[in-house]
Amino acid sequence: MSQIINVEHLNYRYPQQDTDALTLTDVSFSVAAGEWVAIVGHNGSGKSTLAKNLNGLLAPVSGQITIDGQVLSEDTVWDIRRKIGMVFQNPDNQFVGATVADDVAFSLENQGIPRETMLKRVDEALAQVDMSAFKTREPARLSGGQKQRVALAGMIAARPKILILDEATSMLDPEGRAEVLATIRQMKADSDLTVLSITHDIDEAASANRVLVVNDGQLVEEGTPAEIFEHGPALIKMGLDMPYPERLKAALKRQGVTVPTTYLTEKGMADWLWQLISNK
Amino acid sequence: MAIDFKQVGFTYQPGTPFATQALTDINVTIPDGSYTALIGHTGSGKSTLLQHLNALLKPTTGTVTIGDRVITPETSNKDLKALRQHVGIVFQFPESQLFEETVAKDIAFGPQNFGASEADALKTAADMLALVGLDAELLDRSPFDLSGGQMRRVAIAGVLAMAPQVLVLDEPTAGLDPQGRLEMMEMFAKLRHERELTVVLVTHQMDDVANYADHVIVMDQGKIAKTGTPQEIFQDPQWLAEHHLGLPKTTAFAQQLMAKGIQFDQLPLTEDQLAQALAHQLGGATQ
Ligand SMILES: Nc1ncnc2c1ncn2[C@@H]1O[C@H](COP(=O)(O)OP(=O)(O)OP(=O)(O)O)[C@@H](O)[C@H]1O
Ligand SMILES: Nc1ncnc2c1ncn2[C@@H]1O[C@H](COP(=O)(O)OP(=O)(O)OP(=O)(O)O)[C@@H](O)[C@H]1O
Ligand SMILES: [Mg+2]
Ligand SMILES: [Mg+2]
Repeated sequence: MSQIINVEHLNYRYPQQDTDALTLTDVSFSVAAGEWVAIVGHNGSGKSTLAKNLNGLLAPVSGQITIDGQVLSEDTVWDIRRKIGMVFQNPDNQFVGATVADDVAFSLENQGIPRETMLKRVDEALAQVDMSAFKTREPARLSGGQKQRVALAGMIAARPKILILDEATSMLDPEGRAEVLATIRQMKADSDLTVLSITHDIDEAASANRVLVVNDGQLVEEGTPAEIFEHGPALIKMGLDMPYPERLKAALKRQGVTVPTTYLTEKGMADWLWQLISNK
Repeated sequence: MAIDFKQVGFTYQPGTPFATQALTDINVTIPDGSYTALIGHTGSGKSTLLQHLNALLKPTTGTVTIGDRVITPETSNKDLKALRQHVGIVFQFPESQLFEETVAKDIAFGPQNFGASEADALKTAADMLALVGLDAELLDRSPFDLSGGQMRRVAIAGVLAMAPQVLVLDEPTAGLDPQGRLEMMEMFAKLRHERELTVVLVTHQMDDVANYADHVIVMDQGKIAKTGTPQEIFQDPQWLAEHHLGLPKTTAFAQQLMAKGIQFDQLPLTEDQLAQALAHQLGGATQ
């Protein structure tokens, strides 16, 4: 598989900072086309800063970013932004349309798509996030979760090659979050979509093919979700929660019950408990 | 402070073609000293209801009574200062409540506005910043030059700095890393006990409801759908699913165990409750 994102020795510092400490230090990684990579890390570790470097919203001090074969520079930044759809941490920062429908349509502009097709895609995208009834509403005058759904609809409609989600589901209920993850899986199945999702949510991280862990501006760990989840309590330091079976194990230990040390899925945990109780 | 809603209705942009009715016939009491969780599907009216707690929004119909203060559709915007000091709200999006040039000034704004000297207010700001787990070097930073989770913490610090009697939290841990989430939730619980606060929490995390709340209000399409203790609310998984609500992780897992044949006297809501029940069934024996 070809690498659609390639980051080499990226260093970044916010210009308004008066120290010379870097916000991102020597970050290198690549992402294959069609891959889903979760980026995790504690608050302030540099995840959003990294995302904004990838689409050229922030310019690095040094290092090179290559997106879909193009080296990111002033000349290529507009081409590259067309390939990357980004959902920001706060949806209020990305609304441009006067109505929900306009706003979603705006993400399709400059793509040279016939108006008919455009309207159809807007309707489909809004239906996917369950926001069809809100087409004529002003995006700013929606509830928190509704805003996040509209922001996601924009990217669903735009069908970018690369989708970057910066905690895009943080205000959704678990059901809404599961729906969004299912939609993304569907989009990946329909096209060769590459996904980078920045998240503190263990289920979202579990949906990825690979997890990158950022700590104090550096990439400190990478692996499959299962490899990363084996870290147990150390996951907390990585800005993730412990998977439920691990939390229950800890609670059982507090009750004096001896528990297995290997990583158990929820099903594995249920089977183990059933064995224990039925054999008693 | 007890809070009482009587026949409250609220419409955004009333009398225009864009009028949206967000609350309908709300009759509910938030008991003094309670830790009340307000839950409900996206758009059910939670944030709208919360903003009535300090008269940021005034009812279109009905009355809201907060302590001895009665808010009606006619209440003027003057004389709300005392109420705003007693009821502190952490908003759903932290950016919407940050505005000063520096983090220090932002957190100090509340105390100063309510009469503290600048020096005292800045001292409070430094204390609160530490309480929310941020480094003192951020004090001189613009609150907008922060990460999402850091902004959230500064917004929380700003509300705590006013030492409110009613702490209103609209998804206060969204965007926080799990450790920060746990620390903040523990801190709110601790403050509540120390200062005998009334806490109102909007959350989509049913685990937080199970772990911290003693009273739950469920909203659906602008109406109150149910009220009760967490134990009562979570006894009916099917009803919850019909209202787009989930279960605490433990309760959902306990149901998996029940499907296998393990029995419980009462559905457990927290890991510790489940672990206790299981340990009991195992005769407390270490295997
Ligand atoms: N505009 C800015 N100016 C200066 N410093 C900034 C700015 N935005 C963020 N920072 C700092 O850069 C560091 C990394 O921030 P970033 O927003 O990338 O973190 P993050 O990993 O996305 O965190 P979170 O999980 O809280 O969203 C933080 O220490 C933050 O304070
Ligand atoms: N400023 C506004 N102007 C007009 N309508 C609004 C405004 N804010 C919210 N609404 C509408 O009022 C209803 C209730 O919104 P509210 O923000 O109270 O929901 P919520 O329960 O907090 O949802 P969420 O969990 O998504 O934050 C929604 O249908 C929403 O679209
Ligand atoms: Mg961020
Ligand atoms: Mg809300």
